Amino acid sequence: MPKKIVNVTVNGRAHEEAVEPRTLLVHFLREQLNLTGAHIGCETSHCGACTVDIDGKSVKSCTHLAVQCDGSEVLTVEGLANAGVLHAVQEGFYKEHGLQCGFCTPGMLVRSYRLLIDNPEPTEEEIRAGISGNLCRCTGYQNIVKAIQYAAKKLREPQAAAA
Amino acid sequence: MIPPAFDYHAPRSVSEALGLLGSLGADAKLLAGGHSLLPMMKLRFAQPSHLIDLNRIPELRGICEDGSDIVIGAMTSENDLIASPILRDKLPLLAEAPKLIADPQVRNRGTIGGDIAHGDPANDHPALSLAIDATFVLQGPKGTRRVKADDFFLGTYMTALAEDEILVGIRVPAFADGTGWAYEKLKRKTGDWATAGAAVVMRMASGKVTHARIALTNVGPTALRAADAEAALIGQPLSDASIEAAAQAARAVCDPADDLRGDRDYKTAMAGQMVKRAVRAAAARCR
Repeated sequence: MPKKIVNVTVNGRAHEEAVEPRTLLVHFLREQLNLTGAHIGCETSHCGACTVDIDGKSVKSCTHLAVQCDGSEVLTVEGLANAGVLHAVQEGFYKEHGLQCGFCTPGMLVRSYRLLIDNPEPTEEEIRAGISGNLCRCTGYQNIVKAIQYAAKKLREPQAAAA
Repeated sequence: MIPPAFDYHAPRSVSEALGLLGSLGADAKLLAGGHSLLPMMKLRFAQPSHLIDLNRIPELRGICEDGSDIVIGAMTSENDLIASPILRDKLPLLAEAPKLIADPQVRNRGTIGGDIAHGDPANDHPALSLAIDATFVLQGPKGTRRVKADDFFLGTYMTALAEDEILVGIRVPAFADGTGWAYEKLKRKTGDWATAGAAVVMRMASGKVTHARIALTNVGPTALRAADAEAALIGQPLSDASIEAAAQAARAVCDPADDLRGDRDYKTAMAGQMVKRAVRAAAARCR
């Protein structure tokens, strides 16, 4: 099958790549752009380990074609930290022990990032509903919820450090 | 899991999509949110030679009012239904029920039109469409036609949509003032299909039920309208006895398949329970 040219911005960097139409976004990111942050878990859009952000919305990249991203902006877990400084959600998962084996963590982080943009002051119930598309088999979610609460609080603080 | 090879087309208008569908014929499939089709392609249950992606057709998205009807573009996502002020105000069942469909990420991709046109009795919009008396707008090479939800679902994965047609919109009469509504869905976990589900729309006046539409999810080869259950309520004051009669009538139309969610008897019993809960919840919203 002839390849299609896709112009896509990933983590702020523009790419022009040729892809087979059947290439899934998660395979494109991992194998063509060497961004192995998004994980391949269930491959059936249940587990959420492959979650990325496309044009400001959380999407499961195992159930999305790379060719559909032409003209889009994609954010993966690799794009969260800024100049070596962890994003607040990453810091939260670190401080609150929001991971054990870490397999679900890239999807959890990218989903949490978007959740806190859409709803900067979520209740615990809203956090749990917000990450209901991301499965974790280790933590029991308690510390993941705490990590997101940590990040929400930190993101609401005045930018004292910037002064 | 990687789907079999196919060629990809991204038309910018319905007429362009119809042209592709006409020229590519039965080897082509329409791609909406992709959360049914792409998994089926990965498993090789579907092997189309061409995908016609409807995601770049702006005219297929959005929700507007047309007189007393609400018109929903077929490519409107579940999360856009949930966020719609028009639906919240005029058709609140369609803003609430999608919260029970899949999960936040899937709701960003999954569309009302894809959910309906797929013809899967496990999907939620078929029963919801029956309960709200929706009409589907189908566009083909010879123009558009309208088909009532009541006449659309013919069998599992079989609908009244012809091979050369696209479901472009869903028209629904806005709820009359005081209409009660509910969707009750028993599921094992987030993202699962219903073990059984019931959608109810009803109105009451002077203590009696004056209008009722009841439809069931995933307990038959199609979504099912439970007309006898409706008849058991209409004209009566709502009581434990009338609600039990409605549940019994609903159970009588169930024809579920055994699977990991339960056997026939369990699913049928749960359909009755969902009807009872939904009738009570809808009645509580009637004014």
